[in-house]
Amino acid sequence: MAIIPNKHPMPAQDAAVRAKNFNEVALGYDEETVVAEASRCLQCKKEPCREGCPVEVDIPAFIKLAAQRDFAGAIKKLKEKNALPAVCGRVCPQENQCEKYCTVGKKNDPVGIGRIERFCADWELANGVLPQQVAEPTGKKVAIVGSGPSGLTCAADLAKLGHQVTIFEALHVAGGVLMYGIPEFRLPKAVVQAEVQNLKKLGVNIQVNAVVGKFATVDQLMEEGGFDAAFLGTGAGLPYFMNIPGENACGVYSANEFLTRTNLMKAYKFPDADTPIRVGKRVAVLGGGNVAMDAARTALRLGAEESWIVYRRSKTELPARHEEAEHAEEEGVKFAFLTSPTKIIYDDNYWVTGMECLRYELGEPDASGRRSPVPIEGSEFVIDVDTVVVAIGQGPNPLVPRTTKGLECNKRGNIIANLETGATSKPGVYAGGDVVTGAATVILAMGAGRTAANSIHAYLSGK
Amino acid sequence: MYKILKKEVLAPTISLFDIEAPMVARSAQAGQFVILRTIDDGERIPLTIADFDREKGTITCVFQEVGKTTTELAKFNVGDCLKDFVGPLGEPSHIENFGRVVVVGGGVGVAPIHPIARALKEAGNEVIGIIGARSGDLLFWEDKLRDACTELRVTTDDGSYVRQGFVTDVLKEVIEEKGDVALCVAIGPLPMMRAVCNMTKDYNLKTVVSLNSIMVDGTGMCGCCRVTVGGQTKFACVDGPEFDGHQVDFAEMARRSVIYKEQEQVAMEHYRQGHQCTCGCGGGK
Repeated sequence: MAIIPNKHPMPAQDAAVRAKNFNEVALGYDEETVVAEASRCLQCKKEPCREGCPVEVDIPAFIKLAAQRDFAGAIKKLKEKNALPAVCGRVCPQENQCEKYCTVGKKNDPVGIGRIERFCADWELANGVLPQQVAEPTGKKVAIVGSGPSGLTCAADLAKLGHQVTIFEALHVAGGVLMYGIPEFRLPKAVVQAEVQNLKKLGVNIQVNAVVGKFATVDQLMEEGGFDAAFLGTGAGLPYFMNIPGENACGVYSANEFLTRTNLMKAYKFPDADTPIRVGKRVAVLGGGNVAMDAARTALRLGAEESWIVYRRSKTELPARHEEAEHAEEEGVKFAFLTSPTKIIYDDNYWVTGMECLRYELGEPDASGRRSPVPIEGSEFVIDVDTVVVAIGQGPNPLVPRTTKGLECNKRGNIIANLETGATSKPGVYAGGDVVTGAATVILAMGAGRTAANSIHAYLSGK
Repeated sequence: MYKILKKEVLAPTISLFDIEAPMVARSAQAGQFVILRTIDDGERIPLTIADFDREKGTITCVFQEVGKTTTELAKFNVGDCLKDFVGPLGEPSHIENFGRVVVVGGGVGVAPIHPIARALKEAGNEVIGIIGARSGDLLFWEDKLRDACTELRVTTDDGSYVRQGFVTDVLKEVIEEKGDVALCVAIGPLPMMRAVCNMTKDYNLKTVVSLNSIMVDGTGMCGCCRVTVGGQTKFACVDGPEFDGHQVDFAEMARRSVIYKEQEQVAMEHYRQGHQCTCGCGGGK
């Protein structure tokens, strides 16, 4: 059989149309296409694709089942290792993970593993969820702090092993960054909630509106709440600002605020939803990561006439996924490279009217291997904007570290945990995801949740 | 769900609820706040804790109807449930035996000043309370404050009850009369807290205010509530809400507090038009 050299294209909303709505951009494969794409898999014995998956999904096996139209079998196989396949199929950077190692990809396009995963997960959500096996109750209780990707994965694994799991979530819905951060047009919130519901079917108890460190500390949960172990997956939700003059002016948002208002609070439906948001005619988003792309694309959908990414390095250094930057560009987001603001200018009423910026050039590579940007003296110029979104990164929220005795953190505030086991300096307390590594990807956080679940299980079995 | 166990209309547009929230009540302290959401697709609004009962597992909230969400909230009744209720948030008030202290509550700020006054008195302070409102009918909790304070003075802007004058006028009198006052705690509308701070600065009287900036999550993840204190950016939800009033950039706060003024009016209008009832709010037409 001849090899089909290219991935089957993913149908998507037209760029001009989608830039004005919050509906999902990528529309997903239909049954015929997914079978054709799955048939591109060579079923190679070495299974190199599995090395690239942080949660070790049995990729050839689920793809084989999909190729045979056994979607129930395929999703069952997927969920042995991955509690959130509908999420991962959409937001994983497959080009750096499973698909990077695909044998077909050596000479042609790799197999569209993420797209097949997404189809199978969506098939299950549409056709009714299959029951999953749960072990006999062990009588052990585990507290999971935070319901983002790491916490959800850790909870699912421990519940399947028979432990009694309670997730404590500070916000009013579970999902963490999947709910407040990643926009609806990349990851529909209904899809996230459907996967959260699946977890509840495993017996996972989810308490929303529960801020650990405030209503109770981790120590209180363990001592008074009777929890035998805890997993801290509190993420990197503390926004960094530039610390330049004018940053508190009206019209300056952190990306976290801008995206939380839009995604979690549905400000795009205002006034049918109560939370307002203000987007002017010209928006500047500072930063070059996925969060910056999400904010810039969101600004257009909220009605901005121009949405700019202002980034101090050049296009080649953009930390965002290539596909995200491309989607942004297709939708009309503009890029100002080698540019960074020195101050934000505002009017008598304290509203933003512009940014004074410097132009940069690239110097020697820095410790991270990227060429560091050097400001060009005397290159000051002003960009007229009325809204600024700061998307230069996030750090770990200090609420839990600050209130947990004996929990060691590094100088950036990240919890110190053994990456092989998830163990922290505190016996019985494990941690993983962005709160340990700093802001990274959904799938890496899930991998850390899996690792910690294995360690917690071993710890509880010996206890 | 968070059930309303008690409702009391304290004054026109000012209501009190006791809300069943045992997890919040078990650790709530004076000076902290909660965030609530009335309905699905509702917004998250912060309210300062006015009282708590650990045994009953309830939190008392007092609020004024100023816009869509608070107007809607005022229509809730005993037995109804709020969609979401989270806390206790923020840092508790710093309580110790300072000696003689003055607590000032303006308008709806009389409610959050109450647990602070009580805690200060329990810590051995001589607590002089000053409460004020625009007019006598808007004043509430006089008895409760009288119990929580060593001495209570009451004033109204229009003189319709007890006496005429702003809380700052009374505060000035107290300072002049008593001499050594170790601390002032003032909670109320922004202009009132600003006026108190401007005045106490002249007397070098340390003044703590509770800042009511716009909030979304209330847990330090967005920076919506940021304020400049002593030249530094602080997040009111996690670093506050109480700060040294002499260090607060009130001008900046005042401007940030009206960011959504237009949208707030749109939301109110939208609510009135879509709201079918006979409560006299003008809805249902």
